[in-house]
This record gives sequence, C-alpha cells and structure tokens, in this order.
Amino acid sequence: MKTKDKSESSWNLSPAPESTDHIQLKKRYEHFINGKFVKPVKGKYFATINPATEVKLAEVAEGTIEDVNKAVNAARSAYENVWSVMPALERAKYIYRIARMIQERAKEFAIIESLDGGKPIRESRDIDIPLAANHFFYHAGWADKLEYAFPNKNPQPLGVVGQIIPWNFPLLMASWKIAPALATGNTVILKPAETTPLTALKLAELIQDSGLPDGVVNIITGAGETGAAIVNHPEINKIAFTGSTQVGKIINKTVAGTQKKVTLELGGKAANIIFEDAAIDQAVEGIVNGIYFNQGHVCCAGSRLFVQESIFETVVKKLKHRLESLIVGDPLDKNTDVGAINSKEQLKTINDYIEIGKQEGALMYQSSCTLPSKGNWCKPTLFLNVSQSHTIAQEEIFGPVLAIQTFRTIEEVISKANNTPYGLSAGVWTDKGSKIFNLTHQLQAGVIWANTYNKFDPASPFGGYKESGLGREGGLHGLAAYLNLK
Amino acid sequence: MSKGVKYKNEKRLEILKTYKIYIGGKFPRTESGRYYNPLDSKGNILGNICLSSRKDFRNAVVAARSASVGWSARTAFNRSQILYRLGEILEGRRAQFIEELKIQGSTSAKAEKEVNNSIDRLIYYAGWCDKYQQIFSSVNPVSSSYYNFSVCEPMGVVAIIAPEENSLIGLVSVIAPVVAGGNTCVVLASESKPLCSVTFAEVINSSDVPGGVINILTGNAKELAGHFSSHMDVNAIIYSRTDKEELKNIQINASENMKRVFYWKSDWFSVKAQNPYKIRDLQEIKTTWHPIEQIGGAGSGY
Repeated sequence: MKTKDKSESSWNLSPAPESTDHIQLKKRYEHFINGKFVKPVKGKYFATINPATEVKLAEVAEGTIEDVNKAVNAARSAYENVWSVMPALERAKYIYRIARMIQERAKEFAIIESLDGGKPIRESRDIDIPLAANHFFYHAGWADKLEYAFPNKNPQPLGVVGQIIPWNFPLLMASWKIAPALATGNTVILKPAETTPLTALKLAELIQDSGLPDGVVNIITGAGETGAAIVNHPEINKIAFTGSTQVGKIINKTVAGTQKKVTLELGGKAANIIFEDAAIDQAVEGIVNGIYFNQGHVCCAGSRLFVQESIFETVVKKLKHRLESLIVGDPLDKNTDVGAINSKEQLKTINDYIEIGKQEGALMYQSSCTLPSKGNWCKPTLFLNVSQSHTIAQEEIFGPVLAIQTFRTIEEVISKANNTPYGLSAGVWTDKGSKIFNLTHQLQAGVIWANTYNKFDPASPFGGYKESGLGREGGLHGLAAYLNLK
Repeated sequence: MSKGVKYKNEKRLEILKTYKIYIGGKFPRTESGRYYNPLDSKGNILGNICLSSRKDFRNAVVAARSASVGWSARTAFNRSQILYRLGEILEGRRAQFIEELKIQGSTSAKAEKEVNNSIDRLIYYAGWCDKYQQIFSSVNPVSSSYYNFSVCEPMGVVAIIAPEENSLIGLVSVIAPVVAGGNTCVVLASESKPLCSVTFAEVINSSDVPGGVINILTGNAKELAGHFSSHMDVNAIIYSRTDKEELKNIQINASENMKRVFYWKSDWFSVKAQNPYKIRDLQEIKTTWHPIEQIGGAGSGY
C-alpha cells in the first residue's frame, strides 16, 4: 500500500507486502483449558478485527467466571500433581521446547501479530516474535538454578498465577509473563487483550503440540470482566498485570487484605533528553524510535522530548524532516514504519489528546502523508510550545504523539523530567560519559536508555518507579515476582 | 518516671523527663498539643507522651523528603560509619535503655538482652551499607551490542509503623535496614511503650545522622495509619503490627500512589529478623542501557 505521493522525492518504495497465504487461522477459537480447546460455558463469542482493514479475522470466546473456575481447577491440579513435583530440569526442557517451536513458527506468528494488532511486520518479525522466543529460552535455563539467584533463601513457587496482558505487544507480553512463571514452577491462567487474542491462541496450539502437561498453561479470552474474574478469584495466588495505571490501582485495591502477590507494569510518560553535545543525527533516530515505534503504543515510549535550547531549531528541523519520511500504512508491508492504531477506541483517545493539545495552545505539526481510507490511522504528530502544565505533557497518550519542551541546565531538565507521577523509563542523549551517569543516576525511572531507546531483552529487568508499577519482570530480578523466598 | 510520682522527703527531687517527638533533627512537642498517658504494669503513668497528629506526620514527611537527596547521595561507606556510630552511642547508654525497658515492664535479663541485640543489629546493618549493592545488582548479558546493568536505588521516604511490643529492638530492626539502604523514614513508635523510642531519638541526634533522615513520632496507629498510607509523597510503607484490618486499609490507601507496602513480622530478638533482603525490600531496581562499539557482538540470531 503506497501512502505517499511525493513529487520531490524519487525514493518512494514499491509496495512489498508480506504474503498471508500460509498462515492458518480458524474461524472460531475457544478457551484453552487443561490442554484442550473448550467452548465457553455461557456460549458467547466476540470478533477480533484487523485494525488496518476493519475485516473480521476470527471469533474468540468470551470468558466468564465459570470458565475461569474451570481454568483455575485445571491449573491447581496441574500444579499439585505434575508441575511442582517434576524435576526442575524436566520443567526447563519443556520451556526450551516451546522456545524452539516459536522460532520455527516465527513467520506465522509475525504475520498474525501484524494482522490482529496493526503493528508493522518489520517490528513483529524482527522484535516481537524473536524476543518472545528468547524469553522462553532465557527463562527455561533458570528452572533448575533458582537457589543460586537468591543467596541464603529457599525459593518456592507460589502456585497458580493469573496473568492479564495488554494489546500493544500481544505475543511478547504473553511470553514475558508465561516464561518466568513456568520456570519458577507455577502454573498459569493467561488472559490476552480483547483486541489482540490471536497470537496467544496460536501459542496455545503450539503449547498443545509441545506436549506440555495439561493445565500448566490455560488461556482464557475476554475483556475487562474476564480479567476481573481472574483478579477476584480466591484460588489464584498471584496476579501479574500489564496495562493502565488506572486499572493497576483497582487491582491493587482488590487484592488488599488477601495473600495474593502482585506485580504491575503500568503506564509511563517518559522523558527523552537531548543535550547539545549529543550525536544529533543518532539522537533524532532515537527520538523517532522512542515515540513512533509501534505507533506509540508503548508504555515506555519517549513521549516527552526535552531539547537543550541551543540545538532546538536544528533538532526540530531534523525531526520534521524525519517525520515526513516515515512510511505510514499497511502493517504487512515490509517498508512500513508506522502501522495501524490498534482499535477505534484508542484512535479516539489519541485524537482527543491531539485536540486538547491544540486547545491548550501547543503548536501541532503532522506528517503530510496520506492515510488509507479504511482502518484506524494516525499521522505521526509532534507538538511545539509545550509547557509542563499541558495535558499532553502530563498524561499518557499511548499514540504517536510527541510533546517537545526545551531546557537550559541539567538541574532544570532533571526536575522537569522527574515531575510526573510516572517513573517507567527515560532516555538521555549526550556524548559525555560523566553527564550520562549523572543523569541516569538522578532520573527516577526503572529503565534508562542512554544514547539508545526502546531496547528490550529477557535478561534485562523491566519495570517502573512510582505509579508506573510494582516489581520487575525479566532477568534475575524478575524471578522474585514468581517466588516465595522462604 | 513512676518513681518520681511519690515524693520522698529524704531524697532529692528527681528531674522528670519530657518525652517529645523527633522531626528534622529537632525535638518539638506535637503541634496538636495533645498527650496520652501510657501506664506501666502497676498502673502508674509512664509520662505525658505526645499524641502526634496528621500535621506532625506531614511535617515529618517534609523533613524526610528534604533529607532524602543528601542521605542517598552519601557514600555507602559513610552511611556505614554513621550506622556504626549509632551503635557506639547506644552502647554508651546501655544502662539508661535497660532502665527504661524495665520501667516499661521488662525483666532485667530481658531488657539487657534487648539492648545488646539492638546494638548488635545496628552493627550488623552498618556492615551491609556498602555490600548489599554488590549482592543485589547485576550486569545483564543482553543479546545485542549494549552494556546493560541493574543497580539498587533507595525508594525515598519510607513510613514505618513500628512493632508495638519489643519497643527498642523492634524499632531498631525496622529503622536500620531502611536507612542503611539510603532511604529516610518517619516512624510511629510503640504506643504502649514509647519511652525508649524517644530516648533512641537522642541517640540518633548525637550520632552524625543528618536531621530528617530518621523522624520518630509517638501516638496512636488507628489515628495515624490512614495518614501514613495515604500521603502522596511517601514512597513505601512498612507495617509491623498485627491488625490485619489495619494492614488491609493501608494496602488500599497505598494504591493511590503505588506506595510499596511491606508487612514485616518477626521474632525481633532472633538473628533471623535481620538479613539484607530487608534492605532490598526498600530498593528500586534501575536498569541502564548504553551502546557498545562492538558490531560483532550484536545479533541474537537463531
């Protein structure tokens, strides 16, 4: 799909769409409980839609408390009779097997991810799916080595864990949650987001094929009410949630007074800070990647840009130029940089924020690209003349919208950057080593990217300070979330 | 104090101690002007103890927040020496604490043990100040050409509801790991046995701990727990009493700004009550990425 017709440029690329011929999608998916696909007790289904074409891809089951009960029973039985008593190395081998099978089916997963969620195939192919496989591979090896991770402790699994994941990185979040839970000896009930359930259900098929014992992983589809049924279930020992801060707070209140453990990966409003002594071109690429990666549907997106005054004009000029060259359109096209907005609701949220930004006096600039007539689309957007009090500088937009501010001194930018209830991530661009360490030390955020942005790895702990969440996921530190450290 | 209530002609008149609260390195009375009278086992009044208010707590949080930057920026080695100094000064005042614990109902043997353990606990955590970072940090082998490491950072301001029993060893056991890790704190001391918490504030005040790093209030948990847990500029809260309903309410209130909540119960006399995981509880993990110029190191292909 060609989205730009620019006479001044002879560099337009011919469409290079990924073929969907070989992917296998059923018309209807049931819950995956106790190793089998089973019909929802109440018999209800809902559609999952391609946000780029508005075409229905499949129907999935709508989970209710009855379905959750069945899944909890299966997970409990699998925990007590199989998974917790299995030698740890055997557990590891199952998880390794899942990692390998994801690698083998990577292309199919990538295409379905882009179809169901709208993200560019370049990202699902090169980032989401390989990382998902790597999460299983990395964590598998921990299964029989946990006592080395926590000196003087006797780590024990928690039991049955309930996991609720968002729509921005569907398979990656599923593996990010399932892999450490399994490695630490727990069994799982996972609920994918209602707009992006397909890759999780394909993972269920893969898990079925892998021979993983029945009930160790159960996948229930549905929306908020299904999630609430999981959070409220008395037989679930731990809740792991990735999503909005608002819902995170509700979950935290719900589990108050119970024995449930909780980890939360919530929202963010990250500062991306560029100093005059930075490698400017490299930094501009980092800024673009920081906010337009995955249409800005990233909790750690660098949505607040702080530019040192002396280089403001240069940076803005380069950013606008770069904005123009972003290819917006068909997620399946290998040349696409920015895909479809995940849902109609999210598109409305983003457009509302853009409107508020304009009303509050910020100066909007958008790419002049043309958007496809069908589907959910948003032009890459940036705002100038933004101040700290502007809504678009304070609230998480979760879209391709960048709020740009300036600063003069290090003290000023640190205080502005930290002046938010969030604390998930931050970025720093400078060629001076001591300045990097000063900044990374003082910025209140769980993940700091210096001279890079939006990098992820299963070995690297991820999670926020303040209202961006509780606990870490990934790496050695993430294991603690799924263990009782006796 | 109880001895002072009866006037004896042949003895000099004892000077009664005024027990005040400790905020920002100073000993104010509660701004509310309120007091309460805890009793000893014989029913004698232990003293006129400050019944701290919400405003006292808010003042203490301001003090703790302003002390936070300086305290967390101290070198770990320096924090270690200051905690050791706390132990030193407590050692020099053993007799006073034993006496106070006895007034509060302890036996001689138990009081002596409690003071000894408290001193030893300070020395234990003093030693951890410059070591826990190495235990809990990591260099992470990411599959791309980046240098990636995770370190501990103090959470900031910690509100603590200290144990009701074991008014000295309990108090020391909840404060030491928090400040050893570079946090500052506001502590609600034992309500029924508040004497040695105020006297411990004198130890703090004469031991190089900067004002505001440790703030101690006396008063009623039922009244203050809600304020401790709902204050938006508190990063974490430790609860070490037994009321499950109070704990639940703390967890609910804490959700508003995602305070980290810890429920610390222990036999405070036991060595099992001390470990570096208590320091770790009050640490955030910060992970930093930076590119390395090693193109060949990139790639996580399969």
